[in-house]
Amino acid sequence: MSDFVRRTTRLERPIGSRLGRLDIELTERCDNDCIHCCINLPAGDREARARELTTAQVEGILDQAAELGCLQVRYTGGEPLLRPDFEELYLHARRLGIKVLIFTNARRITPELADLLARVPPLVTAEVTVYGMHAESYEAVSRVPGSYSQFRRGVDLLLDRGVPFVVKGALLPANRGEVEEFEAWAATIPWMDKPPSYAMTFDLRNRRDDERKNELIRSLRLPPDEAVAMLTRRPEEYRREMTEFAGRFMGPQGDVLFACGAGHGVSVDAYGRAQPCMGVRAPELTVDLIRACAAGGADGGGATLAAALEAFAALRELRATNPEYLRRCARCFLKGLCEQCPAKSWAEHGRLDTPVEYLCAVAHAQARWLGWLGADEYAWEVVDWRARVT
Amino acid sequence: MTSEVTLQTVCVPSEDVVAREIEGEIIIVPLVAGIGDADDELYTLNETGKAIWDRLDGQRSLAAVAAEVAGEFDAPPAAIEADVLGFAAEMAQRGILTAGA
Ligand code: SF4
Ligand code: SF4
Repeated sequence: MSDFVRRTTRLERPIGSRLGRLDIELTERCDNDCIHCCINLPAGDREARARELTTAQVEGILDQAAELGCLQVRYTGGEPLLRPDFEELYLHARRLGIKVLIFTNARRITPELADLLARVPPLVTAEVTVYGMHAESYEAVSRVPGSYSQFRRGVDLLLDRGVPFVVKGALLPANRGEVEEFEAWAATIPWMDKPPSYAMTFDLRNRRDDERKNELIRSLRLPPDEAVAMLTRRPEEYRREMTEFAGRFMGPQGDVLFACGAGHGVSVDAYGRAQPCMGVRAPELTVDLIRACAAGGADGGGATLAAALEAFAALRELRATNPEYLRRCARCFLKGLCEQCPAKSWAEHGRLDTPVEYLCAVAHAQARWLGWLGADEYAWEVVDWRARVT
Repeated sequence: MTSEVTLQTVCVPSEDVVAREIEGEIIIVPLVAGIGDADDELYTLNETGKAIWDRLDGQRSLAAVAAEVAGEFDAPPAAIEADVLGFAAEMAQRGILTAGA
């Protein structure tokens, strides 16, 4: 290739870009009703649908994102393909030179959509979540008769048209016996360059809107020792990855609340509120892009994406005050490995700085398996953690 | 299409790509299938590539583009002409540029 042109793959963020990551949750509604879902509303929920961003509003957000140098948008939900304007929104992003990552259950992939994705490729591998390998198991999770055959048809259409996608699992009682079958099938998908990942620690309802459903979700979470057994099925690989990971990302973070990447990108919910990440829905941390709000909108409209990014930069200054957090998480070297974070804390407890006991137990079980912790030790008690993880 | 590109050719960015300028950097994003070798291939241009690209406006011939770029970089025109030709032929072949008469 000429010296003046460089071919590049997997480029996520150009150096000068001011907005690295944009997620848009096109709807919270879904055509499945998964037993473990942290966000879904019924597909026919009119009230939710009426509040959703209009086509023009989503396009306006994409236009702003392009101005800020954003190169990739993730369309998620709910089920993003439920929106009748999905193709329009897809093409709008692609015509702006934005790559599109689609998260879907694949049930609504039509021949026309598959053709479009083949002709105008998303430039990012789509991700399809699989709830079971048979109608019985899949529909025990999705709770919608006929959903399994629609999912298979959608996947077959993507395969037939050569639209790149990977599959992910959600490990639930109904499909736990199908792991090998799932992985054997996944290995036949040309774009799967590693075994599928699994959801198994399930988040509670993101909006804290349904305590009964939360009870159900808690009961579906894989017990910590079983989660570890699942994670360590390829023991050498797991040990190697975790050791590498520990060297780069682990260590006590003190009282800094957002030690993660939150706030470097923007996640927009179905109604136009910008969030620092997909999980952080605490109203005081979000910025309304549609209606005027404190973060500085002009002309009676909402804030701009740029203003939201600016507001999110301040999150990095937030400090934890909960004594229990300060006693444990602030001093814990498993921070980074442990999934506890302000979003999960908020979903579980309604505040940002509370340890999540289930996630704490999973992280400790992993650390014990790796030999980083003794049977009766807690991670926040360990001072010589560096020596242990190498 | 490669063989058709000469110094008299006038080129213009194809409608099958979107050229973005992000903080001074040109990033060419395919819009349709078949441009890249990989599923997620994009193209970035270095400084000289950008100087050439910016002038491919469907008006100037490649000879005119080369003369201007040679002036900008204070480089020997013959060498730049060869570079511009090579660049344009390759981009046209990939469908990133449309080469006219
Ligand atoms: S398919 Fe996804 S969004 Fe829909 S109910 Fe299931 S987990 Fe929730
Ligand atoms: S393992 Fe426990 S103490 Fe450590 S960060 Fe997670 S929740 Fe906090």
